[in-house]
This record gives sequence, structure tokens and C-alpha cells, in this order.
Amino acid sequence: MHSYIPIILMVSVGILLGSVFLLLHRFLGPHRPNPEKLSTYESGMPPVRSARERFSVKYYMVAVLFILFDIEVIFLYPWAVNFRTLGLFGYVEMVLFIVILLVGYLYILKKGALRWD
Amino acid sequence: MENILQLLSNPIVSAVLMALAPLLFILPYALVTIYIEMKMAAHIQNRLAYMQTGWHGTLQPFADILKLLQKEDIIPTAASKFLFILAPYLVFVGTYSSFAVLPFSSAFIGSNIDLGIFFLIAVSSLVVVGLLMSGWASNNKWSLFGALRSAAQIVSYEIPSALAILGVVMVSGTMSTQEMTHFQDGGIGQWIIFGGNLPLWQKLSLIPFMIILFLIYLVSSMAEVNRTPFDIPEAESELVQGYNTEYSGMKFAIFYLAEYANLFLVSAVVVILFFGGWTSPFGTFLSGPVWGAFWFVTKGMLFVCLNIWLRWTLPRLRVDQLMYVSWKVLTPFALLCVLAIGLIVVM
Repeated sequence: MHSYIPIILMVSVGILLGSVFLLLHRFLGPHRPNPEKLSTYESGMPPVRSARERFSVKYYMVAVLFILFDIEVIFLYPWAVNFRTLGLFGYVEMVLFIVILLVGYLYILKKGALRWD
Repeated sequence: MENILQLLSNPIVSAVLMALAPLLFILPYALVTIYIEMKMAAHIQNRLAYMQTGWHGTLQPFADILKLLQKEDIIPTAASKFLFILAPYLVFVGTYSSFAVLPFSSAFIGSNIDLGIFFLIAVSSLVVVGLLMSGWASNNKWSLFGALRSAAQIVSYEIPSALAILGVVMVSGTMSTQEMTHFQDGGIGQWIIFGGNLPLWQKLSLIPFMIILFLIYLVSSMAEVNRTPFDIPEAESELVQGYNTEYSGMKFAIFYLAEYANLFLVSAVVVILFFGGWTSPFGTFLSGPVWGAFWFVTKGMLFVCLNIWLRWTLPRLRVDQLMYVSWKVLTPFALLCVLAIGLIVVM
């Protein structure tokens, strides 16, 4: 636990630094707002509707696939550290795990989930 | 004098100093790199870049910062104010706290935790949340699309890069960045790209896979810092500035600073993983804690320059090409490499 204290300190330094920057900015920068300046930028035209509309389902697909694959990779890490003590048995086990993962990969490939055009 | 030494040996004071040290590195580094990038870009394109401010424009980065400080802080009325302000913090904190596990030399590391490289993967992903948040909070079409593309891209390239790191963890048998460096101590031949500290036949058979893993990590790290050829999130000709279109002044500067800090971070990870971290390439010659820091920063800057060179040489990819490279080329290759490395190490 003791070695995590510097990390907590670094997170707080990061937050503090951001605040210092923004405060400095508030005192040094001008503050003369007007409606045009505060409107959303849309290439100089008055903005049409809100930006929060529907967007392509592909982004969700990538996010879901990422979660699946990332968890699989994360599971491999504890194995990789103890890999030499586990020996050949551990290796075969992990090959099975990766093969199952590859079957899933081939399935999404065939389904066309990774096609972007 | 004695009082100062006593104060320094106090664990709380030394921890605070350790936490501030990366900042003392990042700020001058960012100024130098902005200058190097502009000059390299200009000379690649056969022009001069800054020549007016100071000798050959050396004062330009300072002038840029002064300009950014004097700009008005604009928060659009349509934006979600809280998220809009929170986003740059998240990006900066995610990058800055990752510096905690970088071993600058055998004597200096922010926090020598066993999970080292794993912590780095986890915390640097916080940047994605910040980018997505900035795009959503801006309530601007350009920002939103930039943020979505950026998130999809970073997330896709996270998998090959995590797999490449996995290969190195298998060879070195540790996740701690400091131990990983000690594993490669003893000259250029012991670096992991040349098979690390293993018996000769294992080294020789590991070299091709290590080179492939290195290239996979290099490509995916370039994608993760959103730079050309992977700069679709902020493709100027299509999306204005991408996720930070609505940001001005210091908030914009924080994004900018975080981008450059991230650039060093991924270069430093390449150095730790494949090129011996702070170890000297000549074995015991020119090694030691101070030389260690010198080697680490030099090697890191070399990869930063490589990144800049590639940025200004290569054209931008299309979104579908980008996804193709990550999912259909890098990921299967990285998996195969991991399997092969496993077989070699276990034999």
C-alpha cells in the first residue's frame, strides 16, 4: 500500500496544477462576453439544432468489442508474470484460452462487425 | 544546511518532491519539443518556420504561452459547463499520474509498484474519457465527431498495444518497470528487442518476434497519441480542431500540454519495453544513476523525434483503413507473436 502514496500525491498535483493554470488564466485574460462569442462554432453560421443527435452504431460496436478483447488481454497478464513457474501446462491452458478467443474473433470477422465501409 | 537535509529525509516532504519532479521535466520538455516539432516540420517541407522571436525563433514557445494566457476563457452557452471544465483536468491527470511509474534512472522512480506497466495501461486510458467528455460537453458537431472518432481509435489500438506489452512481460517475467529495466542491464545485447537476458538460442529465436512486437507497439502508440498518420480525430480539413474546437486559452493549452506529455510517455514506454530503459548501451561504461537519467531521456527523445518525423512524412489514413490496420492486421499478428514467444520461453 505504501508505494501507492506517491501516486495519490501525483494525482493531486495534477488537479492542483490544472486549477493553478485556470485561475491564472481567469486573472490575466479579459472577460467581455457577448451572445455571438458564446454561441457554438459552426463555421461562422448560426448553429442548426443541437449536436446531441444520433450517431453511427459502429462506434457502439467498436466499444463493445473493445471491452471483450481488453478483458481477455487483461486476463493474460497474471498468467504472463507466473508463466515460467507454470511451465508447459500453463502454456497449453493459455493456448486453449486464446483459441477460444480466436473463434470469437473469426465469428465477428465473418459477421462483418469490423467492416467500416 | 543540516535542517534542510533533515527536511529532505522526511518521508512526506520527499514524497511531495517526487510528485513534483515529473512536472519539472514536462514543462521544459514541452517547450523544447514544440520548438523541435515546428523546426523539423518546416525543414521537411523546405521552409524556415519561426525566425523573428529570438535567435532562430527560440523564444517562440514562450511567446505562445504568453499569448494563450492572455486569451479570453470562453464557455459556450450551449455547453454543459461542469463537464466542459472537468474534461481538461481528466486528460491532464491521466497523463501526469502515468509518469509516476516511469523509471528515469535506477535511483529515481515516482513509485516503484509491482504493477508498473499495468498501472500505466489503466491510467493512461483515462485520457479517452476526458476526450469523450470534452466532445460531448462542447455540444458542437465538430467536437462530438472528433471525440467519437478519437475514442474509437484509441480504444481499438489499445488491444494490440496491450498485447505487445504482454509479450515483453512474458519474456521479463515482471510487470514492474524498474525490474524490467534491471532485466535488460548490461549493454545493448541484453535489451529485450535483442531477446533480453536469456540463453543464446532463445535470444536468437526471440529476435524476429520482438522486432514485430516493437513495430506493433510503435504503430499503436502513434495511434494512441492521435498524431498523423492517425490524426483523423482532429483532421483540420474536415473537423476544424476535433474534440477541442470550443476550447480557448489555458484550457486549450492543457490539452496541448497533455498531448506532448503523452507523446513522451509512449516513447518512454517503448524505451522501457524494448530498448533497455535507463541502462547504458555500453554495459558498465557511462552507467550510474545520473547517466541513467541521461540515457532514458535521450532514448525517449529519439523516439519523440521519430514520431515527429513520421507525422510530417506520411499522409493521413481513412477511418476504415485505420480500423482495418488495428483489428485485422495488428491484433492477430500480436496474438500469434505472444503464442510463439510463449513456446520459445517455455521450452
